[in-house]
Amino acid sequence: MDLYTDGDPIADTRAPDGPIETRWERHRFEMKLVNPANRRKLTVIVVGTGLAGGSAAATLAEQGYQVKSYCYQDSPRRAHSIAAQGGINAAKNYRNDGDSVHRLFYDTVKGGDFRSRESNVHRLAEVSVNIIDQCVAQGVPFAREYGGLLDTRSFGGAQVQRTFYARGQTGQQLLLGAYQALERQIGLGNVEMNARHEMLELVVVDGRARGIVVRDLVTGEISTEMADAVVLASGGYGNVFYLSTNAKGCNVTASWRAHRKGAYFANPCYTQIHPTCIPVSGDHQSKLTLMSESLRNDGRVWVPKAKGDQRSPRDIPEDERDYYLERIYPSFGNLVPRDIASRAAKNVCDEGRGVGPGGLGVYLDFADAINRLGRKAIEAKYGNLFEMYERITGEDPYEVPMRIYPAVHYTMGGLWVDYDLQSTIPGLFVIGEANFSDHGANRLGASALMQGLADGYFVLPNTVANYLAGAGAFEKIDASHPEAVAARTAVEQRIQQLLAINGDRTVDSFHRELGQIMWEHCGMERSEAGLRKAIDEIRTLRDEFWQRVRVLGDGEGLNQSLEKAGRVADFFELAELMCIDALHREESCGGHFRAEHQTPDGEAQRDDDRFAYVAAWEYTGDQPVLHKEDLTFEYVHPTQRSYK
Amino acid sequence: MNLTLRIWRQRGPQDKGRMVTYPIQDVSPDMSFLEMLDVLNERLILSGEEPVAFDHDCREGICGMCSLMINGEAHGPQRGTTACQLHMRQFSDGDTIDIEPWRARAFPVVKDLVVNRNAFDKIIAAGGYITAPTGSAPEAHSVPVAKNNADAAFESAACIGCGACVAACPNGSGMLFTAAKITQLSLLPQGQPERYTRVIGMVDAHDEAGFGGCTNIGECAAACPKGIPLNTIGRLNRDYLKATAKRAGTPGS
Ligand SMILES: Cc1cc2nc3c(=O)[nH]c(=O)nc-3n(C[C@H](O)[C@H](O)[C@H](O)COP(=O)(O)OP(=O)(O)OC[C@H]3O[C@@H](n4cnc5c(N)ncnc54)[C@H](O)[C@@H]3O)c2cc1C
Ligand code: SF4
Ligand code: FES
Repeated sequence: MDLYTDGDPIADTRAPDGPIETRWERHRFEMKLVNPANRRKLTVIVVGTGLAGGSAAATLAEQGYQVKSYCYQDSPRRAHSIAAQGGINAAKNYRNDGDSVHRLFYDTVKGGDFRSRESNVHRLAEVSVNIIDQCVAQGVPFAREYGGLLDTRSFGGAQVQRTFYARGQTGQQLLLGAYQALERQIGLGNVEMNARHEMLELVVVDGRARGIVVRDLVTGEISTEMADAVVLASGGYGNVFYLSTNAKGCNVTASWRAHRKGAYFANPCYTQIHPTCIPVSGDHQSKLTLMSESLRNDGRVWVPKAKGDQRSPRDIPEDERDYYLERIYPSFGNLVPRDIASRAAKNVCDEGRGVGPGGLGVYLDFADAINRLGRKAIEAKYGNLFEMYERITGEDPYEVPMRIYPAVHYTMGGLWVDYDLQSTIPGLFVIGEANFSDHGANRLGASALMQGLADGYFVLPNTVANYLAGAGAFEKIDASHPEAVAARTAVEQRIQQLLAINGDRTVDSFHRELGQIMWEHCGMERSEAGLRKAIDEIRTLRDEFWQRVRVLGDGEGLNQSLEKAGRVADFFELAELMCIDALHREESCGGHFRAEHQTPDGEAQRDDDRFAYVAAWEYTGDQPVLHKEDLTFEYVHPTQRSYK
Repeated sequence: MNLTLRIWRQRGPQDKGRMVTYPIQDVSPDMSFLEMLDVLNERLILSGEEPVAFDHDCREGICGMCSLMINGEAHGPQRGTTACQLHMRQFSDGDTIDIEPWRARAFPVVKDLVVNRNAFDKIIAAGGYITAPTGSAPEAHSVPVAKNNADAAFESAACIGCGACVAACPNGSGMLFTAAKITQLSLLPQGQPERYTRVIGMVDAHDEAGFGGCTNIGECAAACPKGIPLNTIGRLNRDYLKATAKRAGTPGS
């Protein structure tokens, strides 16, 4: 293609072999260790304090390393993980309903539409059980049954009840557990916490990640921080679409800066569109609010059978309603995976059967559940979500069905990492949503929290140790090293450049326009023509940004426009790569749906012969270079996913 | 609707700061309060005035980052609602709205409506945790927790660390925040071993950070967007008394 060039294949050289159940155990045994006395002499930087970064920083500090931790919020407790609502999966099989490590592994590989690595996913399923133990010990107040044991519920893409939850605030409670462990280490002097600091560059010396350049968002001071290893736990990049369920500050900057320094970016086009979000209410819309997938346990999704039916939902009789998920997917019903539920909603709206303003909505109705279980029971399960819905829309979901529509929610793509979670830059590790590793082309509900904590508590601390022990002596370098100085100078120049443009458009206006291009052409459905158009439009808009953006004030103190401008500049570059990736992948899989590649009944059509690989992109400054990592399946045989 | 906003502008910690009036037109009732500020900021930028700095992130009422005094009320007029979840349908055409930062000795202003709440983190670092290093945990079901205790622990754990309680308190006390964490952890069997060292550590850190003392006024609980009840402070006080008595005695006594 005219937009990229093909490079050498890439292999995960750290991937273990042998029977899948023993791979992680054996790999762990074979890894090198750092003697406790030496750990104190080694410094690890962790960027991000979400579930992944918070748990990793706390654990590394407990083990005796010197940890420097960074987040852009005013406190590590506010990382975006706090917003996760529904729950966390674990193969505890407390319900005796047929769950097992193998089934969680199987469901996750299948849910990811056969675009993830079996070894990674199996490890994830194995450590899932330890996560629950760990969190309970920290005092995470999970929901419990009357007998005092933990309660679970079901989530999309699974037929067992393996999702642990803390009302609708599971992410908050898990994050506070990790945050408290982190604060304990801060109090003990083992972690240097730098809140309101943003990483703006990676420092690579002799081919190894050795530090970062950060800006103190309060004083504007730029500093270079050195370390023996760098961990990125900076979250996902869904905000490239401007409107998403992510927090306003979520960004790709940390990952993108590392990508520009040599870390490959994998599967950037795999985006998850969540089926149940509150629809857009107007041009002022600044973000979209998720209504947890757990609601699909009790809520029934429907639209009127007739096009343009304007009656109030309660006036539409049963036989004039189309419970389309139950109709098309009788065995999973309302609990089909997210990509399928989202596209089904889009399809009924495209047919003109959508409800609410602009016809961009479908009903999520609790009337049956309220009749069956009583209002009290529904309140106990979902009370806070119902309240949130009412505050935002002014409508009472106990009385009228919720209106929902799909919205960008999660990014499966991310920096490429090997089995050890190490990127293509030695010494640079990437964990949580920022990496690409475990979810393939579609993430199952309640699996991001599981992955973040698996990476941070149980995987990374082992693999970082192996790197630190095996990398040989680290030359002591400080911020005066030429590479460090160059990185810092580049950051300073970019800031000056953004401040100097003084054009006539705001950062948000550019971001909004970029988001529209992406939603239109690289959202729920993609096509060759659309993607080519998007690439042209992105390039034009990016040039305009660098000529017309207006960032007032200076770099000497808190300047929120400047922060946004830097993030949006990186989103522009990422957006183009996402479109190129989507264009080159001439198949449909999981969240990536190409209009040209669908089955006769409109389902995603994979092309395993040509595309059973991870697309790892190398930055060149010119056309990106594609490196393919072949995926092989020994345990879960790829089939056309069926939830019918 | 058309509104008049009076907003606290302060260039930095050293600046004295003042209220500045901004008329704003065509506000939609479906906008959130922060979206209304976004619209104002867009206009300010285009007219060459620096936008108003305010903290926010999730805009879903859960991260605790937003922190606005709206007409003298922490998070504004709607009960149980953070500023980011407040919608303009709560206001009427022609209203004048005062917007100020949290004001408390322990939360110095950084710029405009942004304050520094690092003091809260210090309270947590001084004991707001259960010591359970990674890998040391027993099987989750080895210790059942009575459902009512688990539910009550959850109620207190719902605190988002926003600081509205401090801003609402005439004494600038952080007791409700501190008590919420103490209550959560002391209701759980896992929290018992550190129960008494925790309360002393956290209360001492609270006092050192410059928060005022609690004189049972109750403004904190009224302002709390997460409904943390005032009786958590009673619980804290009881634990604190026991703890100081224990501290006076010998180990094991
Ligand atoms: C509304 C919502 C609900 C969800 N519900 C669920 C659910 O029920 N179950 C589930 O499994 N998953 C859920 N998810 C997904 C899940 O919450 C996230 O994928 C996960 O929490 C990401 O964690 P993380 O640690 O990788 O990153 P985050 O929690 O996003 O943390 C990123 C960290 O990086 C820091 N950071 C970012 N950039 C920089 C920079 N340049 N410099 C310095 N610091 C930086 C931030 O300050 C932050 O501390 C939900 C997501 C959303 C949006
Ligand atoms: S107790 Fe309430 S008001 Fe105080 S910090 Fe917690 S949530 Fe905010
Ligand atoms: S912005 Fe997160 S609670 Fe208001």
